[in-house]
Amino acid sequence: MNLVRSHILVCTGTGCTSSNSLKIIEAFERELEAQGMAKEAQVVKTGCFGLCAMGPIVMIYPEGACYTKVTPADVPEIVSEHIVKGRIVQRLLHMESDEGGTATSLSETTFYKHQLRIALRNCGVINPEDIDEYIGVDGYAALGRILTEKIPPQQIIDEILASGLRGRGGAGFPTGRKWQFTHDAVSPDGVKFVCCNADEGDPGAFMDRSVLEGDPHSVIEAMAIAGYCIGAQQGYIYVRAEYPIAVKRLEIAIKQAKDYGLLGDNIFDSGFSFNLELRLGAGAFVCGEETALMTSIEGKRGEPHPRPPFPANKGLFERPTLLNNVETYANITWILNNGADKFAAIGTPKSTGTKVFALGGKITNTGLVEIPMGTPLRTVIEDIGGGCPNGKKFKAAQTGGPSGGCIPASLIDTPMDYDSLGAIGSMMGSGGLIVMDEDNCMVDIAKFFLEFIVDESCGKCSVCRIGTKRLLGLLTKITEGEGTLEDLDTIEELCYHLKSSALCGLGQTAPNPVLSTLKHFRDEYVAHVVEKRCPAGVCKNLLRYTIDPAKCKGCTLCAKNCPAGAISGAVRAPHVIDQSKCIKCGVCMDNCRFSAILKG
Amino acid sequence: MPNCKTVVPYNGTPEQEERLRQVIAEHKGQPGSTMPVLQAAQEIFGYLPEEVQIMIAEGLDIPLSEVYGVASFYAQFSMNPKGRHQISVCLGTACYVKGAADILSAVEKKLGIRPGSITPDGKFSLDACRCVGACGLAPVMMVGSDVYGRLTPDQVGPILDKYE
Repeated sequence: MNLVRSHILVCTGTGCTSSNSLKIIEAFERELEAQGMAKEAQVVKTGCFGLCAMGPIVMIYPEGACYTKVTPADVPEIVSEHIVKGRIVQRLLHMESDEGGTATSLSETTFYKHQLRIALRNCGVINPEDIDEYIGVDGYAALGRILTEKIPPQQIIDEILASGLRGRGGAGFPTGRKWQFTHDAVSPDGVKFVCCNADEGDPGAFMDRSVLEGDPHSVIEAMAIAGYCIGAQQGYIYVRAEYPIAVKRLEIAIKQAKDYGLLGDNIFDSGFSFNLELRLGAGAFVCGEETALMTSIEGKRGEPHPRPPFPANKGLFERPTLLNNVETYANITWILNNGADKFAAIGTPKSTGTKVFALGGKITNTGLVEIPMGTPLRTVIEDIGGGCPNGKKFKAAQTGGPSGGCIPASLIDTPMDYDSLGAIGSMMGSGGLIVMDEDNCMVDIAKFFLEFIVDESCGKCSVCRIGTKRLLGLLTKITEGEGTLEDLDTIEELCYHLKSSALCGLGQTAPNPVLSTLKHFRDEYVAHVVEKRCPAGVCKNLLRYTIDPAKCKGCTLCAKNCPAGAISGAVRAPHVIDQSKCIKCGVCMDNCRFSAILKG
Repeated sequence: MPNCKTVVPYNGTPEQEERLRQVIAEHKGQPGSTMPVLQAAQEIFGYLPEEVQIMIAEGLDIPLSEVYGVASFYAQFSMNPKGRHQISVCLGTACYVKGAADILSAVEKKLGIRPGSITPDGKFSLDACRCVGACGLAPVMMVGSDVYGRLTPDQVGPILDKYE
């Protein structure tokens, strides 16, 4: 390994790659060569740093300077100033890290200060395509210790139980108990399986993808340990085909682990063999449900089936199967290396450790954050997230995607843990955290999630197939101004039936976005129904565009651009919109230079 | 998602069919091979016309109904040909709350087609997708493998004009 003076870390996660970070890497390599520094500095491709809003991100060590929104055109300056002369390029520095003229530790910024990175410990630190870097941060040490010292599986399972780790896929089932059940289960032919759920279907969530892109070996190592514990020799990672970078890095990681003898036959000469295969999901949300996922790995339509039998007894190919989510696996080796006590000391007594959230929507610092369980939502929104952009008012946060619910601004001090979120009608979910401001209509959001569910319902059970469609119909009626107060009661009743009688988690949780918005934003539903008004100005049928005669200069621009010919008026005199002709396209508002068009 | 039978005639080449036969031979007899074969077939032909599904069913020796059942279940599989440039407008939650619906209608207006269809000249096909994972850049649209983030509806026209 070459020793170099500087390391230039460039994020190659999906977010930064989408904003051209690969071109930045090329530019660095070219520029280092041109300025004779190729032997002094090394460019490292890393996983996600978390601060996706400011991407592409370049970190330079040993100074720890964090450059944001870097373009290939900035690269010559960074090389000549920072690498050659040792002077930090102030104008590109992450705003908060430039106090006193030198780069202060990034961990001191408000974005990172409240965070604790366990599952993401190696993301943005190591090159995910190089197994040596993972080994350099104690990678495969836990697997090596377990296999060479022949630690009894029960001892490891007890350690996981003691850590209090709960499934990070959303439902929060204790991981140790799952391992115990699968360990205890008897297979007719001795065959068991270990599976990893990397079918991150919740739109707006990208935690698992970032772990796979930034630290794939941590998942592979944990799966091998799980295989040893439950007595499985074969594992499957079910990953979304929509994540090409994650798929590629997993393929590289599996190959490297095989080449090093860390996967395959007789690992560490212990007699234990473990192989891993990738299976690509093909875009079906229901496949995130465990029984559907296994049916899909078997190559069939990904339809769920009733439980019991639980996968721990009869899962993939009818054999006992352990299925955990990516983030759950990413915590395993940390627990085994640092001790269950240390993990259990983080978070709350019932929700130990940390949780990764994908912060998105109307928030300044969109990105990936990992916080101790029990951190109040306020800290996430106001401190880490930096609040809503453009001075807008925070209205609600949505967790758990199509299975979760909305947390209104009045409950912003809710601690983020499994039980507190469940108590207010939301759920932890896999970690999507979408922020909404005053411009978002909650009825429209509920309708949005229902549309998603109707699309993704597999159709096997009629309760979900028909029930969600009826719900969507009612919500559509309301957003179009045709709703009645009776409809609100019907919605609640339908939701109750869906929850109690749908076959799988998809149907049972589908009413959550509706019920939670109905509970916390009932006045908004009532405004749609009774006043035929959308307070946020989103629902098109309830919109009215009007012209403020005091502000209108009569420039005629709106009338010229109106595609429906609904605007009339004399030159230099206030114009009027004919509501019967208006198609609510908003073109007039976009074109008005005097802010004279009112929407509401 | 509309996934009905296409009206475009099948025009697979002997080379493509040969590649498919190789893929089938590699997977035949292995448990759970239907999806990897369908994924490979879509890679080879760009979509899954009836003729290809028949080849897979006969090759793997499984009922055509099973092949069709799997192909029609998953959003990734398409029975319609795709355009030279495939447009996907992300309608994930993060993009949606940031106005992705307006981006989609701007594309629809510009091309005169609905999601799930293709322009008559075969240049563009349009799909609404669920999250490309670039939520930090919302709202996002993909054209082929190019990602356009932080979009506003008025940027859509000039972006599409760049494609030949």
